[in-house]
Amino acid sequence: MANGSGRPLSPHLQVYKLPLTALMSIAHRITGVGLGVGTLLLTWWLVAAAAGPEAFARAQGFIGSFFGLLLLFGWSAALYYHLCNGVRHLVWDAGKSFELTDTARANQIVLGAAAVLTVLTWIVGLAAW
Amino acid sequence: MASNTKTLRSPLAHVRGLGSAKHGTEHWWGQRLTAIALVPLTVWFVFGVIRHLGADHAAFLAWMKSPFSALMMILTAAVTFHHAQSGLQVVIEDYIHVEWQKLALLIAVKFLSFALAAACVLAVVKIFIGA
Repeated sequence: MANGSGRPLSPHLQVYKLPLTALMSIAHRITGVGLGVGTLLLTWWLVAAAAGPEAFARAQGFIGSFFGLLLLFGWSAALYYHLCNGVRHLVWDAGKSFELTDTARANQIVLGAAAVLTVLTWIVGLAAW
Repeated sequence: MASNTKTLRSPLAHVRGLGSAKHGTEHWWGQRLTAIALVPLTVWFVFGVIRHLGADHAAFLAWMKSPFSALMMILTAAVTFHHAQSGLQVVIEDYIHVEWQKLALLIAVKFLSFALAAACVLAVVKIFIGA
């Protein structure tokens, strides 16, 4: 891309169709922020357990409710996505896998692994309930 | 760089490589270290959550009274909050351009992360020692 000055121009987000790799990059941030919010539930769970049986029952009741399970499902998917994509970022940090064919394949691996791990976790989780 | 006579950086600053923020790659490296640590910790945590989804209070206490579980939970909480606040810091720095809003958010995220991490650790310790 050029803007007449010969200097490179950033993609204009309103007219530029983001490739999958770019969408997955911003998804990494979005899931990261979402998981940050999820730490509130983690804190509630642990503090409630330390506070006593009634507080813990309230927390477990919320987690076991429809809304709680919906949140938990979202967080599990976000967690696995952020985990898998995070490992791919570590590979990038090592200076490897920057070719377009490599990134396209890694896109599929990350999305596939995150989906499989999420589904597996819920199968095991609901079986162990 | 020796041939570049236009640089304004002193040879000492160049060798130190700490950049304008004087922290070099410290923040970046901290994010990566916590990311690597969180791979095994997260796997342990997910399995722990699955096993205690519908657990009663006594079962949860028994879990956290095991030294290994208590240790892993404390590590998970501490490293998670460290990773979360360093990631949120980058997001805030990238998207919030009004200086006072950026500063206020950064301070809020740091304070909240430390407070929540301390609450998690204290909760596990309290259960572990049975106080």
